Amino acid sequence: MTANLRRRKLFSRFFEILCGLAVVIALIPLAMILFYVIKEGAGALNWDFFTKMPKPVGETGGGMANAIAGTLILIGIAALFAVPIGGICGVHLAEYPSTKFSSVVRFAADVLNGVPSIVVGIFAYGLVVLPVKRFSAIAGGVALGFLMIPIVVRTTEELLRLVPGGLREGALALGATRGRAVFGVIVPAALPGILTGILVALARVAGETAPLLFTALNNRFWSTSLTQPIASLTVQVYTYAQSPYDDWHRQAWAGAFLLVMIILTLSIAARLAVRRLERMNRP
Amino acid sequence: MTTMPEVICHSETAGAPEGQRTARNPRPSATDPASGRGFLSALHPSGVSPLRNDRAMEKTMTESKISVRDFDFFYGPLQVLHGISLEIPAQKVTALIGPSGCGKSTFIRSINRMNDIITDARASGTITIDGKDVYRGDTDVVELRRKVGMVFQKSNPFPKSIYENVAYGLRIGGMRNKRQIDEIIERSLTRAALWHEVKDRLHASAMALSGGQQQRLCIARALAVDPEILLMDEPASALDPIATSKIEELIYELKDNYTIVIVTHNMQQAARVSDRTAFFMLGKLVEYNDTNAIFMNPSEKMTEDYVTGRFG
Amino acid sequence: MRRSSDDRKFRLGTGAFAALVLLIVIGIGFELTRQSMLSITKFGLKFWTTSTWDPVSGDFGALPFIWGTLYSAILALLLATPIALGIAIFISELSPRMLRTPLAYLTDLLAAIPSIVYGLWGVFVMVPFVRKLEVATPDALKQLSLFKGPPLGVGMLAAALILAVMVIPFSSSVAREILKNVPSAQREAAYALGATRWEAIKVAIGFGKSGIIGAVMLGFGRALGETIAVTMVIGNSPQVTASLFKPQYTMAAVIANEFTEAADELYLHALIEIGLLLFIITVAVNMISRLLIWSMKRRVVAPIVMPVIEEATA
Repeated sequence: MTANLRRRKLFSRFFEILCGLAVVIALIPLAMILFYVIKEGAGALNWDFFTKMPKPVGETGGGMANAIAGTLILIGIAALFAVPIGGICGVHLAEYPSTKFSSVVRFAADVLNGVPSIVVGIFAYGLVVLPVKRFSAIAGGVALGFLMIPIVVRTTEELLRLVPGGLREGALALGATRGRAVFGVIVPAALPGILTGILVALARVAGETAPLLFTALNNRFWSTSLTQPIASLTVQVYTYAQSPYDDWHRQAWAGAFLLVMIILTLSIAARLAVRRLERMNRP
Repeated sequence: MTTMPEVICHSETAGAPEGQRTARNPRPSATDPASGRGFLSALHPSGVSPLRNDRAMEKTMTESKISVRDFDFFYGPLQVLHGISLEIPAQKVTALIGPSGCGKSTFIRSINRMNDIITDARASGTITIDGKDVYRGDTDVVELRRKVGMVFQKSNPFPKSIYENVAYGLRIGGMRNKRQIDEIIERSLTRAALWHEVKDRLHASAMALSGGQQQRLCIARALAVDPEILLMDEPASALDPIATSKIEELIYELKDNYTIVIVTHNMQQAARVSDRTAFFMLGKLVEYNDTNAIFMNPSEKMTEDYVTGRFG
Repeated sequence: MRRSSDDRKFRLGTGAFAALVLLIVIGIGFELTRQSMLSITKFGLKFWTTSTWDPVSGDFGALPFIWGTLYSAILALLLATPIALGIAIFISELSPRMLRTPLAYLTDLLAAIPSIVYGLWGVFVMVPFVRKLEVATPDALKQLSLFKGPPLGVGMLAAALILAVMVIPFSSSVAREILKNVPSAQREAAYALGATRWEAIKVAIGFGKSGIIGAVMLGFGRALGETIAVTMVIGNSPQVTASLFKPQYTMAAVIANEFTEAADELYLHALIEIGLLLFIITVAVNMISRLLIWSMKRRVVAPIVMPVIEEATA
């Protein structure tokens, strides 16, 4: 082996190791974050957390019941808003994939995906808060909905395209209208995957904070009213984290832990569902 | 994701699923010709048989550039090559023919150990080049591949300039002298019958060339590192007849300086360019002889059926 | 071919929803402009070049925020890109088959962690750590403008570090896709010419060059828009300085912090104008990056969703 060759092989080995190192380096913060979240958060999670309201400033104890409910309500509104719009948009893109219009819409969805969530919050503020001069759960839900739309569009389109074309032709040949064929046959065929995608999108927006800061605001009290400001897990954690109280810090970690658990669960559930899906579709 | 059986019977993909990683398994060189007896006795490869004519074997062994003995190849549990034995002579063109896929490409890729990139690939038996076993533990694969050039079925130039494509092998080999590189590039492109067509636009993108030109570029690229052996896996199958004939002319001119092994499913091509021909079927070597003998006077019925077009 | 009316109804009906999505994007730009008119008309281009941010006297200049955003994003990019590429190369070229999915999943998990959790961890774990680093910096280095400043812990360095971690999975997953789509024939050509593993990888990277740059830009776009994690660790002090230690402010952070405090319309409009700029910059970066990636004939979406779909369609 010549010296040149030896050098090249050493180089190759060296860079390969560097790449492996990169993986390790990236996994360190992941491990650390999960470690701290579990360490600080799991311990602070107790029954009170789920059932009690926040105590007045300075007092210890209390929980985040209103924030948890708030988050659920917000993502519910977001889903109500984003799923029909994103889903039907996805249907259109899947049914007419090569038109210029579809390309533009696809591009727009991609652009929307990259808009910072705080900017989307400003948009929702202008649209829903300003006209009625009031912060509301709806405004927050709408903001989150905007964030969900690109994901729903993309998931729906991709999964519908996977459904074999023969299904549509079969339905049409039996006399179904286009709408019936698509919504009655093709969409249901792709439904499990689409639902999974929606779950994943929900998980993502459940973790959003910035757009809620001036749409849904926050609420120290229990409220399920859609036209009032509403608490959310993320904003509550944010508020507590910036406070000087240790007890609130503890609860912030608990909230973070809950968030991470929800997201992890949904993500794993999504993967399992997909695996089950592909096993069903393969004979 | 391709599963292994699908990979086998498409020589186009040449058995290399994307991004597979190495499962290198260099074999110790000790082989016992008798171990392959089971397969070989069922086939009677005419021409050179290691079983029947050891002395003749030894004589040709000293002349042959590549010596293959009882070579088996496995993708996982699936055996793709069965006890291949043949002697490939130096500075001649040896053609490998046979029905689509199923072994020829795998075999040729085993010569320069390109199959190492595939996971679950395993080889046994020996392939010797100039007397040295290619699969021995201490063989340097990188060096081997410099010595044994390869041209693929579908031309695969890098998205760089024509110049940089041909210079690639030289550059990674450490050559820095620009004049030297220029000379070698001119020589390689000339040998590949491409020089006159590109000499004024060496720095244009290689992707702008036609299919036939790209293939000749790939040949020039392979020639630049001065190999002794040139392996060609259906080099003209993706080309039109005019480009194909240019490549065939090229092969004819190249054989003075290089040992060429060419896989082709085009029998007329094999008949035109090669000196010796090996007929493969289902991973076994059925017959191996001078090209004339294979086509005019084959010993095996299967060979005769194939070359007369009764199947395949 | 005469298209049936039923077909047409379907097309228009679904198309209306699709148009809605388009409208939303256009609407954002439109609304942001409309809601920042006061500030635009009052300050014009000076808005982008002056540093005063005085809500009391109604004088607003957004330079420090632009600086903070760009500086933090670029630093994050410098830190994250080599790691993201290293991961992409490792997973798609080097790692044993079995490790591939779990490793990809783990790195994508980084993208799934909500911003607020990063922020929390940033405040309580990273900032103290950075503070220790800052305190431990040798005095000689502290003379450089890069390291001038009180060792608070919060500041540009902490923000850059946290952003880098958040950006890694985005760039990495897209780069992985790009590498997967480089035809194996390219690598084979390199191997056949006697290349080492790394040299063959370089060929693959060269082929996917524009897509990889697109992947990096995608990460850049992400870093530009990140709000919560940054505002919790950057110190929120508007100043234009090269120092890594000094607290600074980003566009997204100032909007988050001061939006609800904006007492008068001009203040609000100034903040929204900052939002408008953020919108324009991120959309531009995103468009360029997608163009680059699309030129590699492969489209990508958020790393959380795509791997899920990828497995279904693999």
